[in-house]
Amino acid sequence: MTPLIQIDALSKRFRSGGGLLSRPRTMLAVRDVSLSIGKGEVVGVVGESGCGKSTLARLVLRLIEPTTGSITFDGTEVTTLPPAALRQLRRRIAMVFQDPYSSLDPRYTLAQVLAEPYQVQRQKLPAESVAEMLSAVGLPEGLAQSHPHQLSGGQRQRVGIARALAMRPDFVVLDEPTASLDVSIQAQIIALLEDLRDRMGLTYLFISHDLGLVRYFCDRIVVMYLGAVVEVLPEPRAAPRHPYTVALIQSGFVPDPAKRRDLTPLQGEIPSPFALPPGCAFASRCGFASSRCRTETPKLSQDSTHPVACHHPL
Amino acid sequence: MTMPAPIRALRRPTGAIAAGWLLAVIFAALFAPLLTPYAYDVQNLPQAYQPASSAHWLGTDEFGRDLLTRLIYGARTSLSVSATAIAISVACGMTLGAAAAWFGGWLDRVVTMVVDMTWSFPEILIALILVAIIGPGTTGTMIAISVAYLAQFTRLTRAQIMTLKGETFVEAARSLGATNGHILFRHLLPNALAPVLVSAMLATGDAIILEATLGFFGLGAQPPTPSWGGMMSAGSALVFKAPWIIIFPGLAVAITVIAINLYGDALIAALDVRAKVRRTA
Amino acid sequence: MTALLELSEVNVAIGTTALLDRISLRVDKGQILGLVGESGSGKSLTATAAMGLLPLIGGRVTAGTVRFDGQDLAAMTDRQRRALRGRRIGFVSQNPMTALDPVQRIGEQVDVVSRLHLGLSRQAARTRTLDLLTQLRIPEAAAVAESWPHQLSGGMKQRIVIAMALAGDPDLIIADEPTTALDVTVQAQIIQILGALVRDRGLALLLITHDMGVVAQVCDRVTVLYAGRVAEEGPVGPIFAAPAHPYTAALIGCIPQEGMEKGALKGIPGTVPSALAFPSGCRFGPRCARADAACQQVPQLRSRGQGLVACHHAEDGA
Repeated sequence: MTPLIQIDALSKRFRSGGGLLSRPRTMLAVRDVSLSIGKGEVVGVVGESGCGKSTLARLVLRLIEPTTGSITFDGTEVTTLPPAALRQLRRRIAMVFQDPYSSLDPRYTLAQVLAEPYQVQRQKLPAESVAEMLSAVGLPEGLAQSHPHQLSGGQRQRVGIARALAMRPDFVVLDEPTASLDVSIQAQIIALLEDLRDRMGLTYLFISHDLGLVRYFCDRIVVMYLGAVVEVLPEPRAAPRHPYTVALIQSGFVPDPAKRRDLTPLQGEIPSPFALPPGCAFASRCGFASSRCRTETPKLSQDSTHPVACHHPL
Repeated sequence: MTMPAPIRALRRPTGAIAAGWLLAVIFAALFAPLLTPYAYDVQNLPQAYQPASSAHWLGTDEFGRDLLTRLIYGARTSLSVSATAIAISVACGMTLGAAAAWFGGWLDRVVTMVVDMTWSFPEILIALILVAIIGPGTTGTMIAISVAYLAQFTRLTRAQIMTLKGETFVEAARSLGATNGHILFRHLLPNALAPVLVSAMLATGDAIILEATLGFFGLGAQPPTPSWGGMMSAGSALVFKAPWIIIFPGLAVAITVIAINLYGDALIAALDVRAKVRRTA
Repeated sequence: MTALLELSEVNVAIGTTALLDRISLRVDKGQILGLVGESGSGKSLTATAAMGLLPLIGGRVTAGTVRFDGQDLAAMTDRQRRALRGRRIGFVSQNPMTALDPVQRIGEQVDVVSRLHLGLSRQAARTRTLDLLTQLRIPEAAAVAESWPHQLSGGMKQRIVIAMALAGDPDLIIADEPTTALDVTVQAQIIQILGALVRDRGLALLLITHDMGVVAQVCDRVTVLYAGRVAEEGPVGPIFAAPAHPYTAALIGCIPQEGMEKGALKGIPGTVPSALAFPSGCRFGPRCARADAACQQVPQLRSRGQGLVACHHAEDGA
């Protein structure tokens, strides 16, 4: 079965600084990432600061242009699409953003926010659709004339979700949609996303730093470190094989004092992406690192069920 | 439904009084022919240098013309020249600034360079140079003032657009498939407008002073068209003989500009209140 | 034994709005108390009250007492309260990115605390600073002391903030969401450091957080706040094993856990009420599955096991 999304060897280089007298520094925010997502799947991407997950999310929608690599959506190559075709494509791929506070134009009413996708796609707004969209995400219709600043964070995020689903897309990229919300609201939003996925047959790419949440919500989990994929867990309960994944799991605290651990947290700091050490980027913090790890960059293994990028997988 | 900011600005007493004065001046300027019993350009030499009286509320000038009449017609000149100049400046400045911020690259570099160079000159100097080239008169003054303030609006708009460009709602609009035009005209410019308009209002006050300055040097409206600056120029030679000739136009400029600034302050405060974030416990 | 920090039935208001209602808690030496709640629960405000800093935000204690080491904060002079802060109470704030002065070197920022509160000379203060940095496992302490805040990562900055809190040799540390802004692996490091400080130095720690996982991992006792009131309080083990208050149970249930079936995560319906419109009676009532007519009465804190709970329908646990 052909995957809905196929990402091959995707890389993104960023340039920073550089003036009259100094050369700009470059860094690879996303390094040679390959991934396929099947229809109806919920794929999670997890990692810490600088791992490139947010950049990856934006590359998939072509909000940022990749430096190299390809992205195929339902058979169509996304990276070379002309503007008009890209606009058509954006009906089928949508994004929900992390910050509910800044993802809505403060001057717009909710009705205007929800009408915008139709406006942009030059389609007539069907009657009652604003009311329908609001109730589909659990918001009262009476809010249609309100402005974002009158709503709570959870309510704004629901509007963001409604906007993303306005054109009934097939694929939704969710960039840490619950990171700035309280835990009880986060759970509400996750329940809403599960419900919408079942009702509308959606495929999700779910970006998060919260491994516990990703293990609950997602079918497959991609673990990223400093721009590269280090492991893809075929199912949430699969035993991790990369030392970084193990560290991530052990760093999460379970709300059960009976399961308290003797903390031996990962030592050291994440290296700067502008000055990546040679070999495996994780070697400086890895308890199992050998000399090979410090010279040769591990590639994602060929095993398609549980790929790992490590010279000494567990 | 909360009132728009310009109305809420009237809640503060200084804002209300200032707005009152400005409306009076605008009203007088608009209905000048109906309000003034005298003509502003008819000389009446036997009546020259008269102090305030029941016939002439503010006295007469060196040609016997009623000062109040000339003051009101002068308001026309001052306001129309300044306001038009600033309006043109805002329109051009916003266009240039938005283009520079949106397209970036060489356009941005060129615009920034020109703005920075212009910024280092005082407005009066730019205005004088331009009037020297174009020639005196209201048109010359208007163009000179427009250009003198162009840098300010270009810079301000550019800064606003640069900040707004990075906002998540702009990214969200792009993810929906919005074109550059849609984002510029539906999101960026509307959000950038408020601070630019407030700045424009305050700049109008500056422009009135600039216009009066040019008029003082005889570079503004040419006689017999009255302008506050021109009247002050004529009155400067007569300070001891007929001080009212310079005092009243001077007061008119000062009070009007102060009123603009006070109302501007009230407006900024009214805009801020809306944007204030409530502290969480 | 006198508690090091004790709040008894404290009411706090800002302007005319009452925000905290009858908050009681105590922290003893060698103990970690977790103060848990979501936004609008009043947890940060409680910390502000504990340090006597309410006037800074236009607030005041309208009832109850705040006692540090037996002494009532309200009965002290301003000077006495200032002598407490930094010297006997150390504070670790939420955002390490903004907690440090960007135009002062790290070393100076830590030095000034010991110079001010312990009267150390410049030399002695610097020695103490380097000592603290090393204890907090900051590599190359001397080099770090000479650097600027922007050159350090978030995790390092937070360790510096902890060093500043420790520099005055305090008995109590108040940490307000010290790891919220940090990466998960860095969070683990910081929590481990804080736990070790309590064990090794016999400090008391008031740890404010919204994360029940952190509470389970490192706290001895926990106080759960909802909309300005204490919902439940007690030792961590029994509270997690059998939460008496429906909010506590719901809060724990909102965290995705091992073994949870898909669809089990539901959240708590509704939103936290604003201080301008607190419901009458039990403030959690409108969102509670167990609510009924009895909940129109404000529930009082009553004892249950080794802790307290304020609910008419509390589960009767061990």
